[in-house]
Amino acid sequence: MTDRFAFAARDNAAADKPVENKPRWAETIAVFSKNKGAVIGFAFLLLMIILAIAGPMVSGYTYDGIELSRQNLPPRIQGIERLGIFNGTLGDRNMYEAKGYGGSYFWFGTDKLGRDLFTRFCCGVRISLIIGAISALLNMIIGVAFGLVSGYYGGKPDLLMQRFIEVLNGIPTLVIVSLLVIVLKPGMMSIIITMGLAQWTGTARLVRANTLRLKETEHVLASKTLGTSTVKILFREIFPNLLSSVIVIAMMSVPGAIFMEAFLSFVGLGIPNPEASLGSLINDGYQSMLLYPFQMTIPAVFFALLMLALNIIGDGLRDALDPTQRQI
Amino acid sequence: MNTVNDNILEVRDLKQHFRIDRRHSVKAVDGVSFTIKRGSTFGLVGESGSGKSTIGRTVIRLYAPTCGSVKLNGRELGGKLTLQMKQYLTGRVQMIFQDPMASLNPRKKIIDIVAEGLDSNKPRGERNELVYAQLERVGLSREFAGRYPHMFSGGQRQRVGIARAIITDPELIIADECISALDMSIQAQVVNLMKDLQTERGLTYLFIAHDLSMVKYISDYIGVLHMGRLVESGTKDDIFQNPIHPYTKSLISAIPEPNPLTEPHRISRVYDAPAQGIVYANGTERYLTDTHMVLATDGELETWIA
Ligand SMILES: Nc1ncnc2c1ncn2[C@@H]1O[C@H](COP(=O)(O)OP(=O)(O)OP(=O)(O)O)[C@@H](O)[C@H]1O
Ligand SMILES: [Mg+2]
Repeated sequence: MTDRFAFAARDNAAADKPVENKPRWAETIAVFSKNKGAVIGFAFLLLMIILAIAGPMVSGYTYDGIELSRQNLPPRIQGIERLGIFNGTLGDRNMYEAKGYGGSYFWFGTDKLGRDLFTRFCCGVRISLIIGAISALLNMIIGVAFGLVSGYYGGKPDLLMQRFIEVLNGIPTLVIVSLLVIVLKPGMMSIIITMGLAQWTGTARLVRANTLRLKETEHVLASKTLGTSTVKILFREIFPNLLSSVIVIAMMSVPGAIFMEAFLSFVGLGIPNPEASLGSLINDGYQSMLLYPFQMTIPAVFFALLMLALNIIGDGLRDALDPTQRQI
Repeated sequence: MNTVNDNILEVRDLKQHFRIDRRHSVKAVDGVSFTIKRGSTFGLVGESGSGKSTIGRTVIRLYAPTCGSVKLNGRELGGKLTLQMKQYLTGRVQMIFQDPMASLNPRKKIIDIVAEGLDSNKPRGERNELVYAQLERVGLSREFAGRYPHMFSGGQRQRVGIARAIITDPELIIADECISALDMSIQAQVVNLMKDLQTERGLTYLFIAHDLSMVKYISDYIGVLHMGRLVESGTKDDIFQNPIHPYTKSLISAIPEPNPLTEPHRISRVYDAPAQGIVYANGTERYLTDTHMVLATDGELETWIA
């Protein structure tokens, strides 16, 4: 044909091998489980969750059982005590024998009121995880919804919503948090609500900025010309493309919330006694750090590991959800 | 043939002004008229910023026009759109985009990208079969359906874009610089594909480009756009054999010649509207023949023809 471009020489394109058409979630899990760090982090998180649920049942003690005769016992664990560590000695005295608890084992020791620290630790992990998870979820839901609407619709609504955020941001977080906790009286619910309210503005701004960029891209325009509804455009075209940054923010906000709760415990606005959180445990231990270092070290080490695990999981999740990281 | 069937698209005095702030606005398109015959290709050329994309996007109603009339199959689509008219438009006009990467959602599989135009309540099996058929039609294997856009070359991605546009069986396709991001041999493949689809399905193209040589190859009619105004339009021969407007002449003189002996002697003509005293607002549309239109005043037309 004269009407067509003709190729002088043409070789066949390299044969393509078929790609399995797995569902999205299966692909995501496959990629996530290839990431060793993320899997280890996830295993650690799982261990903490199991401890938080089952720990108090296996320890044989309660978190608020006060027994002044067994104050400040160091950790003692069956089996391991033969290795010369965790054998209940302080200096070279076996405190358990000295106080007449020769047959007992407190895995993480006891505090100054004689409460079993392992049980308290498990309860603390439970409360801290709940606070972290729910406030991160709140942060994500409010921030994403606010940011999407503000960025996508633009104009007047955007202007109003942004001014609102600026006003909120103008008030220092600490002031909001302390005021709210005082008004709502200390407790887990009020801490969660406060945390959710204090953190979402950052997420909303990030989501809005990304939405402003994404709504002008050609694939969003293409969706519009194909008659796709606004809701679908928001959740299929825009949201998946900002998911990775939202996940990173959410994963960072879990430690953020736990830290904030720990801080509130420090100033006495946290979880009220006798309940415990990771923050309040560290705070209690800190008061006798020089005499009984284990009281602070153990929860602090687990706290640090938990933060690390959450961050690694966040990175792994972000990569797993991003198909552009995936090769054929 | 009556005019309603003959002309698929009639654009009359279309204006698109973007408001920058209370006092300023950009007149991206400023009174443009043209008609496109069913089954033909209308090439729209002009320099960057002349308003080509804006015209395409206004026709498909990504932007609401400031004023003017847009008639599709004789139905007025220029004013406020009812939901019904919007659906009418969506079913008949589709678009192929410029950037083969940005026009495909990187988070979606090819199968879902191509199927987007189908009613989502189509049964899954039927939908998938339709997608495979389109993919194979544009020269991609059905094995590609489960992949993501980043796993493709630019030319392949543009084919996906074409498959997405044709799956709803449109009558008019607006191709906004759909080949300018591709290299020469791939451009040729994609243009060949578009031509084949045109003969097969009787498609009409509004082909937007800034490269006159490619427009010459694909178009039946050509419109030359400058600063938001159509300065000359006509059949391919009108424009290339008998260019009148100095801007058109300058564009044509800028096409490199394939002959190495004559190319060094090619003279590019400079065009500078203010220096040559041309004010578009003064000109009116003058028809030299049935098809050949030039935007000019009486005096200008005389000097240009002479
Ligand atoms: N949404 C918008 N808001 C304000 N101004 C705009 C908008 N879109 C386009 N413009 C302006 O309108 C003019 C025409 O833009 P348009 O994109 O139609 O040009 P074009 O001919 O497609 O150019 P190119 O060849 O570079 O794609 C430009 O001056 C541009 O700055
Ligand atoms: Mg353009």
